[in-house]
Amino acid sequence: MNSVEGLVNQIQGLSTTASDVLSLQNLLKQADDSLHAESTRLLPFLDQLDPSKHSLGYLYFLEACTAGPVTKEQAGSYVLMIARFITSCIAEQIRLAPDKFITVCKRFKDQVLLLEEPLRGVAPMLTAIRKLQSSSEHLTALHPEFLLLCLLSRCYKAGLSILEEDVFEVDQPRDLFLFCYYGLVASQTGNDKHWKKVVPESIGASTQCMLLLYTSVVVTAPMSTVNAIAVEAFKKYILVSLIHHGQSPTNLPKYASSVAQRNLKNLCQPYIELANSYSNGKIADIETYVEANKDKFESDNNLGLVKQAVSSMYKRNIQRLTQTYLTLSLQDIANRVQLNSPKEAEMHVLQMIKDGEIYATINQKDGMVRFLEDPEQYKTCEMIEHIDSSIQRLMTLSKKLNGVDELMSCDPLYLLKAGRERQRFDFDDFDNVPQRFNI
Amino acid sequence: MDGEDDAPKSLMEEMYANGIEGVDDAPSSSTSTTIRKNRPIISGEQLDIEAYAALYSGRTKIMRLIFLADHCDNSGMQLEALRMAYDELKKGENTQLFREVVQKIDGRLGPNYSTDATWCAMVDRKADQRKDKLESELNAYRTNLIKESIRMGYNDFGDFYYAHGALGDAFKSYVRTRDYCTTSKHIIQMCLSAILVSIEMGQFAHVTSYVSKAEQTPEALDPPTIAKLRCAAGLAHLEAKKYKLAARKFLEVGPELGNSYSEVIAPQDISYSSNAFTLQNKVIDNINFRNFLELVPEVRELINDFYSSHYASCLEYLGNLKSNLMLDIHIHDHVETLYDQIRSKALIQYTHPFVSVDMRMMADAFKTSVAGLEKELESLITDNQIQARIDSHNKILYARHADQRNATFQRVLQTGNEFDWDVRAMLLRANLLKHEYNLRASRKI
Repeated sequence: MNSVEGLVNQIQGLSTTASDVLSLQNLLKQADDSLHAESTRLLPFLDQLDPSKHSLGYLYFLEACTAGPVTKEQAGSYVLMIARFITSCIAEQIRLAPDKFITVCKRFKDQVLLLEEPLRGVAPMLTAIRKLQSSSEHLTALHPEFLLLCLLSRCYKAGLSILEEDVFEVDQPRDLFLFCYYGLVASQTGNDKHWKKVVPESIGASTQCMLLLYTSVVVTAPMSTVNAIAVEAFKKYILVSLIHHGQSPTNLPKYASSVAQRNLKNLCQPYIELANSYSNGKIADIETYVEANKDKFESDNNLGLVKQAVSSMYKRNIQRLTQTYLTLSLQDIANRVQLNSPKEAEMHVLQMIKDGEIYATINQKDGMVRFLEDPEQYKTCEMIEHIDSSIQRLMTLSKKLNGVDELMSCDPLYLLKAGRERQRFDFDDFDNVPQRFNI
Repeated sequence: MDGEDDAPKSLMEEMYANGIEGVDDAPSSSTSTTIRKNRPIISGEQLDIEAYAALYSGRTKIMRLIFLADHCDNSGMQLEALRMAYDELKKGENTQLFREVVQKIDGRLGPNYSTDATWCAMVDRKADQRKDKLESELNAYRTNLIKESIRMGYNDFGDFYYAHGALGDAFKSYVRTRDYCTTSKHIIQMCLSAILVSIEMGQFAHVTSYVSKAEQTPEALDPPTIAKLRCAAGLAHLEAKKYKLAARKFLEVGPELGNSYSEVIAPQDISYSSNAFTLQNKVIDNINFRNFLELVPEVRELINDFYSSHYASCLEYLGNLKSNLMLDIHIHDHVETLYDQIRSKALIQYTHPFVSVDMRMMADAFKTSVAGLEKELESLITDNQIQARIDSHNKILYARHADQRNATFQRVLQTGNEFDWDVRAMLLRANLLKHEYNLRASRKI
């Protein structure tokens, strides 16, 4: 009892300057076990601490408090408390004990789910991420949790904000895996009409692009055994890249781990076949195939994406026509793209013109479509600005790459390994003067 | 081989009609149309087997005859071919092939053409004796270590096996002579034999390697040998579907070839096979090649038509030749592809000089319907072989000139995006790898 009180006093005293906080952290680390032992009695002490001033101490107490199993009633009060803590805590202090903070946040998520009110967790979780991450490029362990909450509360727009950020640093591969998977699921469900209303098309596209990137990383990530996330991600990856690029990488790149190369294809056979029949360009074939394998797709919860892929095929085919034809009647379009009626073809063309995917005009009187060239002349100020910003972005990227390279070549672990691989240094390596001149 | 007189009247009239259309397309060539008017088109429907077979000798004659019999729908021609094969086989010693042919004849040619068991037995017995004799001779040579004699011994063995249809053994024996070759003449002889056998076996990879070996000999080769080697190389390229190279090789074949390579190929064949490729290769001003062309006038006509843009008549000639080409042992596999390529080449050439083309006129020139033409053009445009777009409403084909500047901008942006993607993926992956490595290191500690 006394020790806890003493601790509270120390926390109150040592929470102002940075050096004090460091010594406090050492104290708290030592006291952690005893705190856990007395976890049931700690709740009253929390009131004596101010989360906005004594964040570190508060965090340790909170973690110890919530360690045990919680009932639904308790969860209600905890959720409130944690949410308040998350919003008011000081970022510098909690970053000293990231593990504790993550555990607390994960518990917070569990409790919110226990209460079946995932929406309550979304905003605090986002704040938690912002406080925990050192930069926006940092993928914390809380990212997947946040996305999960967004998914469950159907709050896709909030999830989007996080999907759009560049991620370069990852704590745990598992985090990235889960992050990507949830992201894919979010984009999948989000691609319903509901989503389209909320999100402007362009943002949707760039997010999708990022997701594709993440997923390809997940699929090609080093792994020693096949994991379920990678398999599911690969399935979705195939479908999403069909929708977006009209083709799917049937072969994994060389740098993918051998496990992935050996197993992923076998595990995703129906999807690979779908991609193959997609590339043939025959809509009737693909539709019969989807119909035949409907159960498989449905059991994977991918039927929606599959349907999107199929409908994207009409678009591809129409786009291909623009390369070949200047004018084409709607009837001909319907025949070539295998649509049922000119009316349907008109709807497709109209939608594509609207979305800026093709440039064309429809002449309703004759039922003719006139395809135009891309009007972009790359002369406008906006275009120049766009190109300039692209160049800037790429320059920062390559600077970053160089930085990483430099870091890597100075890394003692790497040097050790590289040295071990080339154990014996040849004498010639050091001496590039030919021997005979030495005399 | 050319049934010149068989040309049906209707075809001639059709030709005439084509000629007029040809004038529409290219008025400058009116002289050639008048010439063509007088010349009946050469129909390839009837193939005179006797004349055809007379062009060849040795084993290829038999093989070609059997091939004819296998691929001909006309039973009269089939039997004729088989009869000749039978006669030819009777002169040789290849009993195995003989039995096959007899089986194919199946008694349809009367009792004279049935299995001659006594003859077979006699030939086989003789063959065994000869083989024993050759073996003992070869052993004697080998013990004496006389290089030249050993070489001759192996060569005899090769000839022996070849005559009896054991191509694999023949090839081995010929190749074995290589160690005992002393002059480049010997090497060339070895190479030619090996090439001959491997062509018969259908092993065209060997053909290429032995052709190059023969060409590497230090001494200058005499023209007929060069011509032979070119033929062989051409055939090998043809089998490998490298039509361009094949055409080049065939074009290099000099007139010296004459009839000396009748074991493999007849001079007419060369022009036949090369015509298909020349169309793609655009080599016609080759004087040597002219001589070959004179042997087969319809091919010459065809090529002239192609160059003077009378595509309809050119394709007509091709169509007539097709049935004959289908009966050729080497080219028949490639006829369809080559025909398709020639047709697309013609289409491409037709559209090339124009900014806009009326598709109705074009369809007339190619003797096809507008819809069919549209389909063909569509596939060519999709393959990026024609830079044009179709105005399906007015049935006009417009040439399309890519805007270099815009294309460059587009490509730059795209490359940038790809770079972006790659770098990001790389950084992330490096991060994951680093993590894994750290994990392993920390576990060790």
